[in-house]
Amino acid sequence: MVDVTHGAIGSVPPAEVPEMDLYHPHSWWTKYVFSQDAKVIAIQYSGTAIAIGMVALVLSWLMRLQLGFPGTFDFITPEAYYQFITMHGMIMVVYLLTALFLGGFGNYLIPLMVGARDMVFPYANMLSYWIYLLAVLVLVASFFAPGGPTGAGWTLYPPQAIMTGTPGGQQSGIILMLVSLILFVIGFTMGGLNYVVTVLQARTRGMTLMRLPLTVWGIFTATVMALLAFPALLVACVMMLFDRLLGTSFFMPAVVEMGEQLRTNGGSPILFQHLFWFFGHPEVYIVALPAFGIVSDLIATHARKNIFGYRMMVWAIVGIGALSFIVWAHHMYVSGMDPYFGFFFATTTLIIAVPTAIKVYNWILTLWRGDIHLTIPMLFALAFIVTFVNGGLTGLFLGNVVVDVPLSDTMFVVAHFHMVMGVAPITVIFGAIYHWYPKITGRMLNEALGQFHFWVTFLGAYLIFFPMHYVGLMGVPRRYSELGDMALMTDSAHDLNAFISIMAFIVGFAQLVFLFNLVWSIRHGKEAGPNPWRATTLEWQTEHTPPRHGNFGKELPIVYRWAYDYSVPGAKEDYIAQNDPGEYGAPGAHA
Amino acid sequence: MADTTIPHAAPRPPGLRGLAADWASDQRTFKNVSWGKAMMWIFLLSDTFIFGCFLLSYMTARMSTRVPWPNTSEVFSLHVGSVSVPLLLIAIMTFVLISSSGTMVLAVNYGYRRERRKAVGFLLLTALLGATFVGMQAFEWSKLIEEGVRPWGNPFGADQFGASFFMITGFHGTHVSIGVIFLLIVARKVWRGDYDVGRRGFFTSRKGSYDSVEVMGLYWHFVDLVWVFIFAFFYLW
Repeated sequence: MVDVTHGAIGSVPPAEVPEMDLYHPHSWWTKYVFSQDAKVIAIQYSGTAIAIGMVALVLSWLMRLQLGFPGTFDFITPEAYYQFITMHGMIMVVYLLTALFLGGFGNYLIPLMVGARDMVFPYANMLSYWIYLLAVLVLVASFFAPGGPTGAGWTLYPPQAIMTGTPGGQQSGIILMLVSLILFVIGFTMGGLNYVVTVLQARTRGMTLMRLPLTVWGIFTATVMALLAFPALLVACVMMLFDRLLGTSFFMPAVVEMGEQLRTNGGSPILFQHLFWFFGHPEVYIVALPAFGIVSDLIATHARKNIFGYRMMVWAIVGIGALSFIVWAHHMYVSGMDPYFGFFFATTTLIIAVPTAIKVYNWILTLWRGDIHLTIPMLFALAFIVTFVNGGLTGLFLGNVVVDVPLSDTMFVVAHFHMVMGVAPITVIFGAIYHWYPKITGRMLNEALGQFHFWVTFLGAYLIFFPMHYVGLMGVPRRYSELGDMALMTDSAHDLNAFISIMAFIVGFAQLVFLFNLVWSIRHGKEAGPNPWRATTLEWQTEHTPPRHGNFGKELPIVYRWAYDYSVPGAKEDYIAQNDPGEYGAPGAHA
Repeated sequence: MADTTIPHAAPRPPGLRGLAADWASDQRTFKNVSWGKAMMWIFLLSDTFIFGCFLLSYMTARMSTRVPWPNTSEVFSLHVGSVSVPLLLIAIMTFVLISSSGTMVLAVNYGYRRERRKAVGFLLLTALLGATFVGMQAFEWSKLIEEGVRPWGNPFGADQFGASFFMITGFHGTHVSIGVIFLLIVARKVWRGDYDVGRRGFFTSRKGSYDSVEVMGLYWHFVDLVWVFIFAFFYLW
């Protein structure tokens, strides 16, 4: 039944999927460390991602120290500044956001939401985490390697990435970075295959694809995209590794360095850019689509209203996913590629605004006349919509070739992608953690600390990134460790830079409050009960909270309806769970 | 199993909607496709992108380099007696690998028929042909290396020739080698009758079935198919 059936339906097809053959742990080690339970793996993924994310946070502080108060801190040399930039960017995009959304939320929520006992290949799922951890450790190791981590910028453009002038270019920094990325792709593939096959082939009875919560749709589509986009990154990394280690000339043209002709010849640096952005642009949506999905569920649940245009939301997710593979070169307008390419990619880029706008309208229409509860997950969801619209609007500037060229490589670009791909998904991550923490631990996060965290983060993020647009419009370039007395730098720009830095410290410290809340509430939080938000999706209907190994009790739930039966007229409660067979107003009558 | 089960007879809507309804249908998108098989198909799709990126990069390098590309029919020729036969070795290699796809099909077929002895025989024959391929590739590599071809340069022309050649054939050869190892593992399992008694796997602790032979076959055919493209783009161009 493709039709979104709002009411209960009588016919439940017989079970097609055999009971899952679960691995039952025999010791503490196999239960909590080398666990094959997707929920434990999810927490391992999340913990590692958040830990490495803290490193990225500290790096951003160091960068802001330098930008806001240039010349004050001697230990931040220009080389160190480049290393901070590179590692901050790479960690945030790949090791934090991708890993947390797909490895963290994906692992926890997919089996629970589709009504499966676990992922379909628990062993590969476990390996996925351990390879990810290895990738993170290799990345961290580069901080301690001679010469430090690579300072090539997170895009790692050759030829500079592997040359003498770049920190880590001729030392081990770049090698460790490339090896770490290759490991990440391998590890992710193992997990990604799991997520996709679980959604496609292991749903419970009654769970058609068109009854999936949008969270699953978002994560699912993002995973499919990742499986098709990461290959380009893998290939680019392998080739650059050969350029660096074997002296091949894939990306290296004829170069004269320090008056000396290098022996490389005839390679194409632009080729790397194409490969990198063929991964890099889908990557933006790999991070954004899970956020889209999760935020849809947060809004519907906390506004007690069915999502507006469910089917359209699904097609928008799929459409964005498909389109995002043909827009990559809008990152390369100033790279010297053929201008006609720019024309094509500007067109596709602007077309992608259509499905995205559909989603935003649908979120707003879901809120319209809803019974809005300003809980913390809801606050973060609302913050996401506002931020995403803001970031999207500056995207219209940057998507057009003629407007992009003068803005390219300025702080305007930095402000844009931080709004749209930094702040926006991270607010969703926060909202999602506040939302699902009660299911994961059985306790609520502290409300007062949450309010503090939300307001400081939300307002602070705007105080950081709004002025940055202005600084960029004045022409302040990105990736400059120091601007000195350039004519274009007015006093106000210097003052703004200092202001942005101070705000960055404040927002950063608010995250420590959040971390404290996470730890403190495990023991001291309010008891949550099984379904504190009175939500419809299956993960809230488990027998135990937190759900045990195997997720559901003896019998898997049977799904009778879509995930958005909120405030159904005549129903006893203002929500009807997905596994509730009842007709309107008379739950259970139909069983 | 609750007794709520009623035979489900929802009529499929026509056209595109019907297509969407089929894809979105209950529990499983692909009916009667095992998890392992679905995983292998999706993995192969991902792997296609890897090989696609490699081959596209090779083509870009070949077109952007300023030094002429080596003449492949000379570089890849063998001397038989005093005659230089272009592409002789590679023709044999291709023949061997394509043949191994045929033996793999027979192995899958005999596996499903529960004719274990024949299935094992054809699995081992497939592995042997695969190993022969890798061996001949090693011979080709050492011949080229002897002639001075290196990843960073070669006497025949553009530097990128050696780089792309070793990278792409090496990546493919690794796939074949991994395939040979797994063919041997699967052959052992069929031989012991693991798939008949549902013996649990060493790593996954899951029960296996003859489905695994087919999944193995999918991988093997994919590796063959990729070779056809490498052959066409590298040796014939």
